[in-house]
Order: sequence, then C-alpha cells, then structure tokens
Amino acid sequence: MIAICLAIFLVVFSLIVYSTIKFRKKADDNQEPPQIYGSNQVELAWTVIPILIVVVLFLAAARVIHAVEDAQFPPNTIEVTATGHQFWWEFQYPASAQIRCPGRSDSTSPCITTANELHVPVGAPTHIVLLSADTDHSFWVPQLAGKIDLIPNRRNEMWIEPHDVGHYVGQCAQYCGTQHAKMLLNVMVDTPEDFQKWVQQQEAPAMVSDQVAAGRKVFETNACMNCHTIGTIAQGRFGPDLTHLMSRTTIAAGAAPNTQENLTLWVKTPDAIKPGCLMPAMQLDDQDVTALVAYLMSLH
Amino acid sequence: MASATISVPQSDMPLSANLRGKVGMWCLIIAESAIFSIFVVAYLYYAGKSLSGPTPAQVLDVPYFASICLFASSATIILAERALHRGKIKQFGLFWFLTLALGVTFLVETGIEWDRLIYKDGLTISTNLFGTTYYSLVGLHAFHVTVGAIGLTIILLLTLFGGVKQEHAERISVFGMYWHFVDAIWVVVLSVVYFITR
Amino acid sequence: MADAQPMVPPLAIPQEREGTRPFVQVMHDWIVTVDHKRLGLMYFSYGIVALVVGGIEASIMRAQLAFANNHLVSPEVFNRLFTMHGTTMIFFAAMPIVFGFANYLVPLMIGARDMAFPRLNAWGFWMSALGGVILYFSFVGGFGLYGAGSAPDVGWFAYAPLTSPAFSVGHSTDYWIVGLLISGFGSIATGLNIMTTILCMRCPGMKLGRMPLFVWMNTVMAGLVLVAIGPLTAAQLMLLIDRYLGGHFFDTQAGGSAVIWMHFFWIFGHPEVYILVLPAFAVVSEVIPVFSRKPIFGYNIMVAATVSIGFISLGVWAHHMFTVGMTSYANAFFVASTAAIAVPTGIKIFNWVGTMWGGKIIFKTPMLFCIAFLCQFLIAGLTGIMLAAAPFDWQLGNSYFVIAHFHYVILGGIVFGVFAGAYYWFPKVTGRMMSETLGKWHFWLFLIGFHMTFDFMHIPGLLGMPRRIYTYEASRGWETWNLIVSIGVIFQALGVLVWVFNVIRSYFKGKIAGSDPWDAWTLEWSTSSPPPDYNYAELPVIRSRRPLWDLKHPEDPDWKYE
Repeated sequence: MIAICLAIFLVVFSLIVYSTIKFRKKADDNQEPPQIYGSNQVELAWTVIPILIVVVLFLAAARVIHAVEDAQFPPNTIEVTATGHQFWWEFQYPASAQIRCPGRSDSTSPCITTANELHVPVGAPTHIVLLSADTDHSFWVPQLAGKIDLIPNRRNEMWIEPHDVGHYVGQCAQYCGTQHAKMLLNVMVDTPEDFQKWVQQQEAPAMVSDQVAAGRKVFETNACMNCHTIGTIAQGRFGPDLTHLMSRTTIAAGAAPNTQENLTLWVKTPDAIKPGCLMPAMQLDDQDVTALVAYLMSLH
Repeated sequence: MASATISVPQSDMPLSANLRGKVGMWCLIIAESAIFSIFVVAYLYYAGKSLSGPTPAQVLDVPYFASICLFASSATIILAERALHRGKIKQFGLFWFLTLALGVTFLVETGIEWDRLIYKDGLTISTNLFGTTYYSLVGLHAFHVTVGAIGLTIILLLTLFGGVKQEHAERISVFGMYWHFVDAIWVVVLSVVYFITR
Repeated sequence: MADAQPMVPPLAIPQEREGTRPFVQVMHDWIVTVDHKRLGLMYFSYGIVALVVGGIEASIMRAQLAFANNHLVSPEVFNRLFTMHGTTMIFFAAMPIVFGFANYLVPLMIGARDMAFPRLNAWGFWMSALGGVILYFSFVGGFGLYGAGSAPDVGWFAYAPLTSPAFSVGHSTDYWIVGLLISGFGSIATGLNIMTTILCMRCPGMKLGRMPLFVWMNTVMAGLVLVAIGPLTAAQLMLLIDRYLGGHFFDTQAGGSAVIWMHFFWIFGHPEVYILVLPAFAVVSEVIPVFSRKPIFGYNIMVAATVSIGFISLGVWAHHMFTVGMTSYANAFFVASTAAIAVPTGIKIFNWVGTMWGGKIIFKTPMLFCIAFLCQFLIAGLTGIMLAAAPFDWQLGNSYFVIAHFHYVILGGIVFGVFAGAYYWFPKVTGRMMSETLGKWHFWLFLIGFHMTFDFMHIPGLLGMPRRIYTYEASRGWETWNLIVSIGVIFQALGVLVWVFNVIRSYFKGKIAGSDPWDAWTLEWSTSSPPPDYNYAELPVIRSRRPLWDLKHPEDPDWKYE
C-alpha cells in the first residue's frame, strides 16, 4: 500500500520535475507553443489506471477490515471491559477461563476492577469492550492495535493479540477535555505465569494493616470514599479503584510515577501534576496527608 | 469584440438574467431542504428510542384540517398568481388574502395541537427524544410558515395600498415558489411524523 | 503579444481620485458598497487578517509543543487555542478568501457587471464578518456571569457530549455555535449568489462549455455550499436546543447519540474542505495555462472531474469516523467512496501537468506557487489515500499524521493556490505589478518553512502522537520532531511578512500594469486595471473559451478547434 503510493508519487513527481525543466521558456523565444487542447487516449489511460489501483486498494482494505472487525475469538480469550472517564481508564475483568474469581458470590460484578494499567497475557487474544462514563475517548496503544473510540451510550469493541512480552504505552486519542493529554495507557503484556500472579494479587482482598490505621481513618472520614473504591471499605465509582494501587507503576493515568513523593503531591494539590483534572484538592493538613499516603502505599 | 459584428446563434445564448429570481429561489430551496433533511433524519433515527415518556401513538392525532388548509393555500396562491398575470389586481388580492388566511389557520391549529400536547399529554421538548425531535422538526417548519405568512402580509398590505401591479407578477411567483416549498416540506413532515413512525 | 489597451475602452467619465475625498466618506462608501469588486476585496482582506490571527494561535501552540513538558501555556489555554485556530482558519480565513476570489473575478470572467444579487452579496459579507466578531468576543464574554470570559475549547468539530451543558459550562461553546450559525447564513447567501450569477448573468455566447475553468470550479463550490452548510446549521440548532431548551439530540443520558453529531458534522465537514479546495484548483487552472502558454489540457474532462468530485464528496464523510466502531460494511463503503474520489482528483493533477507539457513555462511568482501546489497536492492526496484505507486510519487517525495530511492540503494546496492567485490578479485589482524579487523571497521562505513543518509532522504521528494534546513526555521520543516542526513556523511567518510588505509597497510604488500584463486570455484581462465600477461599457460577445486569444490571434482563433 505504501509501496503503491510511493510509486505513484515518484512517477508523477518526476513528470512534474521533468516538464518544469524541459519545457522552460527560452529567453529569446517569443513564439507560442502548439496549442494542444487535450487527448482522449491519454485521458482514458490516466483514468483507467487509477481506477484499477483504487479497486485493488479497496479490496485489500476491505479484507483487513473484515479480518479485524468480524474476527471470531477462541475460548482462551481474555475479556476486559474498558470504561473511559475524564481523565482515567477503568478496566474490569469478568470471570473467564483464565480468571477464576474465587470466593466471589455475586456473579454479575466483575472479578477484577482496576485502573489505568492493563495486564494481558502474551500469545492469547484479549477482547476489549469499550464503554464511556462521560464523553468520547479513544483507546490507542500504537504498537498493539489501531484505535477505537469509547463513546457514551454505545458499546464498541476491539481485540489485541500481543506476541512479545513488554510494557506498551499509549494514550487517549479523542479529545475529551482539559486533561486529555495526560490520559495515558500502560499495557503490560505478561508471561502467562506473571499474568496469573497479577490476577491473584488483584483478586486478593484489600490489605488491612494496623500500622496505617490512622491513614485509613483519614480516607474513611473524608470525601475520598465518595469517589474511590478500596476493597469493601469504600465503594466510590467516580475515581479509580485504589484497592491495589501499589501494583501500578504510575498514578493519575500515567501523569506521574507512583512514588511516595508524587502521591503526597497528588493528594495535596492534584493540579500540580494534572491541572484541570477532576480530583479536587482535599484541603487536608500535612499530618493527615502523611498518614493517608502511608495508608495508600500499603495497598498492594 | 463589438457586439455588432459577431452574431450569436440562439444555441450559444446562456440563460437569461430574467431568470435570476427563480434560480436564486431554487438555490434557497436546496439549502433549506438540506437543513430540513437533517432534522428529518434525526427524527427517523430516534423514532422508538425514547427511554420514557409519551410515544407518538399515544399522543399524536393526524392534523387533517390543518394540512388541508396548508395544501389549499398552495392552490389559492397559484390562483392569485394567475390573476396577477392577467392584470386582475382585485382578484389577486382576494386569493392572496385567502392564502394568508389558510396559512394562519394552519399555524393556529398547530398552536392548538401543541397546547394540548404540552398541558394535557405532558409532552415538551425536554420530555424525551420524541419530544425533542418532534417539536424541533414541526417547529422548524412552523417557523418557515410564519416567515412566509409575514411575507404574505407585507405583500397584501402593499396590494391594498396599490403598490402591486401586473409587472410584478414574476417577482410574486418567486415568492410563491417559497410558499410551495413550505407546503412540500409539510408533505414530508406529515408523512414521517404522523404516518410512518406513529 | 500583450495588448495594453482594453478591448472596449471604459466610458469617458472623469474618475474621482480617492485621495481628494474625506476619509469618512471613503469609509462610508466601502461600508455601504454592493459592488462585487469591493466586497470581494473586503472578503479577501478579512480572510487574510483571520489567517494572521489563526497563524498566531498556531505559533503559540507550536512554541508550547516544541519541547516536552513545556509550560508556556496552560492546558485550558492550549485547548482554546486549537479550537479557535481551527475554527478561525476554516470559517473566517479560508472561506472569506475563497468567497473573495469568487466575488471579484466571477462577474468579470463571465462578462457581467455585477453579481446577480448585489445587496444580498453585501448582506452575506457582513453576516460572515459578524460571525467572526461574535466568535472572538468569546475571549471577553465566554463565561458570562461566571467570571472572566473565555473562548470555546471543544475543538473545531465540537464533538458531543463534550458540548453538552454538563461538560461545557458557561457560554464559550455558545459563541462557537452562534458565531458559525450566523456566518453560515452569510455563506449560504453567497453560495446562492454565485450559483445564480453563473447560471443567469453570463454574456452572450458564453455557453457553459465556454466558461473559464475558474468559473466552473466556483459553480461546483457554490453547489456544495448550498447542500453542505445546511447540515451544520441544523446540527448547531439542535445543539442550541440541547443546551437551552432541555433537548436530547446529543444527550447520551437520555438515549441520545454522540455519533449522530459526528455524522451531521462531517456530512457538512467533508464537502466543506472541497468548498475550500475547488477555488484553489480554480486559480491553478487559470495560472498554469497562461504561464505555460497553452490552453488547459482536457477542458471537458476537467469539468467532468470537477463535477464528479462535487458529487462524490457528498458521500465520503464517515472516513472521519472510521474509529467510531461502525460495522465492517459501513467502513468498507466509505473506503470505497473515499478511494473513488481520488480518481477525478488525480485526473486533474495529470491534466495540469499535461498543460505544462510541451509548453513554454515562464517562472514568474504565480507559476512558482502553482508548481509547488502540484507537488504538494500530490503528496497530500497520497497521504489521503493511505488514510482512506480504514485499517491505516485506525492507527493514524486522530494523530499528527492526520494533522500533517490536512495541513498539506490546506496550506500546501489551498494557501499556495491563494498566493498564486494573489500575485496573478494583483495587477488587475490595483493596476500595479508586484515585485518579482520579493515574490521569489516569499515563495522560497514559505516553501522551506512549509516543508520543514509539515513534512516532519508526519513522523510524530507515525510514532503515536495523538492530536489535541498540550504536552507530552520526553520519553515518547517525539521531542526532536516537534522542535523541527515548530522552527518551520518561523520561515512561514517571514514569508508571509515579505508578502504583506510586497503588497503594501507595490500598491503605492509598483510598476503600472496595464490591462493585460500576463498576456492572458480570459475576459477580466480585457478591462482596464483596475476595472471601472461597471466592469464593461458594452457586454462582451464571445465565441470560444479564450476570447482574448481569438482577438490576439485572428488567424488561428480557438473557435475553429472547439
């Protein structure tokens, strides 16, 4: 396809350059050139050939479209539902062949709910259902697949089948508001073993430790729990699920690495990292912030 | 280049400048049709998709009387144009007034229908998708009828003051084209709203 | 042999010199004018001012993006900049420029004294101008009662539901809607006027098959205006109903569809870009023959290609929506229609080259811009063909590859065509020649800047950089390319400055041009420069497509061969 375009370019460009050079008006020549009005044969030639090229391109494209959009999925496909939010990604994994959901009584709710970092096993297809909670977004990890939009009140879907283990970066590709630029995607393609380890970690209940009880109390008594879920302690849906926050390498949808310093800055002044994001500054005093961050950092 | 020395065969003559009015009005009709088409498409697309609230079958009655009035007004305006073409100003004025009266009746009927829909059936533009698309489409049409009625009134007043003469027949018929267009749109709206999707 | 005398001399009316009248009276005359030439100049000037404003907005964005993690502007300001840049350029720069050319030249080229509806012409211009003023007032009044104002930040295509009251508080979005709604009415009026003028006001002997290609292309443009602006008007009315009357057209919470906004917008949006490019084709189709000293190659095919482009362009819109999740059949259909439009477009490029072939090419500034146009439009068309293949678009859509593609069309194609036309017809409008030296400086500076910016801009797109982001991390590997892209802006700005200087200087000091400095063949060159107010003392009567060729070559007139 690129080859055809390049070929067309070289042919036509050479013709332009050639005619510019060969048919320059000489300084002393004041006679008009032969006044040619056209040529039906030439017109036919350069109509028919482009039509043929276009037909070939269409057939090639149609084949790929069909292969991608109408693909059938084998039983070992991982299912993920991605919901776009302003300005973060929610990922939910329902129960499937590779995700067992031990101890889960409610079969309708997803096994795993996480945010911003997607883990998939290498070598198996992952089928991603795309929804949106607010406005339009687009899921684009260039090295894994083309992009498909997440549109409210519409169910879209796509699939990926990575061949190499690694960390793939992408980001939202449909303007969704102020912080569209910092709505990054981090896709971790794991070996099957690493993937199972990650699944087990995600399915584990939230860590409860007395050492960070003060921080947990800060979380519970402030408005944090209105937006964020942590295990069964809090059930907020507007912000990312924090149950296994420390399993992620970044915070704020890739806006900053997941470190104590950044978590502290984020909780105190989200606008310092992501100006215009929807997380409010919670107006906590420094002592509360320190305790809270200690609690957050316990959420493995 | 002097016009006297080159004679132009009739086949080489372009369209006459006298056709400006008609051609211009056709252009306006095309542009307006484009706008209406989108509202019709929205209406069709959202038909049956309201999440709640009254449905067309529940609250819409076919506005037979109003439609007959509007279609009749197209006939009366043709009669008016013919009268003016023959120089019969009084007859022209009469039919012109009839056209206006029929158009205003259509608007009044629409108002009555909307009054019932809003206060009795509880359907407003914000009730549901049906309400939004219905009032927008029918309202856009009614707006165009209103504009036409204003034009009809102005011309009627000019006629009453003796300003409209036989030589204006061509211009009057250009306005008539607009009125026919409004009527044609009603054919589409009537079919789509009151028959096809009800 | 250029004929210095106009064919039918102007009437012997003493012309009042502008400098002897009070300034207020001159201003008044321009404001109340209904003369197509003056309105054409007003449209063109408005467009150039908007072009500069849009260029400044782009320059600020490029300064912000030249480095990773830059803090020159906040995300809020950046988002307003790209919204205003796109909206300004399309609606208040390109469209007025295009209407300006059509307004000034179409009546002259068809041997008419004015447009079909001169007063409507003036109304159309003032509505368009008002629309721009309303849009820019948003900087002052955008938030209304909420505080200091601001401009819309929803992108130039204002996708729902970002524009719903929930996500767009204040009035900034409303300024976008109302400004464009009003200028849209002006555009429809102008399209109507151009179409009626061309159909009804041609001089005796000018059958449709003898109109200059410039006129043909503006005819198709006018037809597209009539058909395509309506959908935008309708969608904007629907959005206003949603925002103010509680409507649910695009309210996804009530079952409304965000996708239907996209359909409505692009049903307008794609023909819109043809509305912008056809007049550039029109300019090029006039300049290339004159500077190759041959008639256009394949006139009939060019007309057929133009008309088919007009029709096909109405059926390709969803290639802007390949990533929306349409069915494979819908996607395939739009691949087909988009690829199909490449055929007549390619034919036109070949015909332009065919015009140059076997000619005697004169490398004056208008021709330089045309040759660059040919190469650049070719490239733009090819990246367009790539994007037409939906799987390619799934990767490259909404990325800097697309931005590079469409700027290649708009800048590399349309703006280069506009510059060609400006240099070509400046002598007719003002009676003086522009400086060739400065013209060549403009050309080379702008060419270098354009290629520096837009050739390299494809690369970040290929590397995964999406559009409409105010910053990016250095780790993504986009920084070097963005820096080169940004530096190119400087050269383009310098080129435009040279041009503006050339225009002003030549207006006062340029060599007197006479009526036909380029030895051209269409009717506008038969009038004096500038033409008298009434254009033609006697309406011309013509027998071929090149009436002035017939007069200059009575032994070998065109009408023997047509």
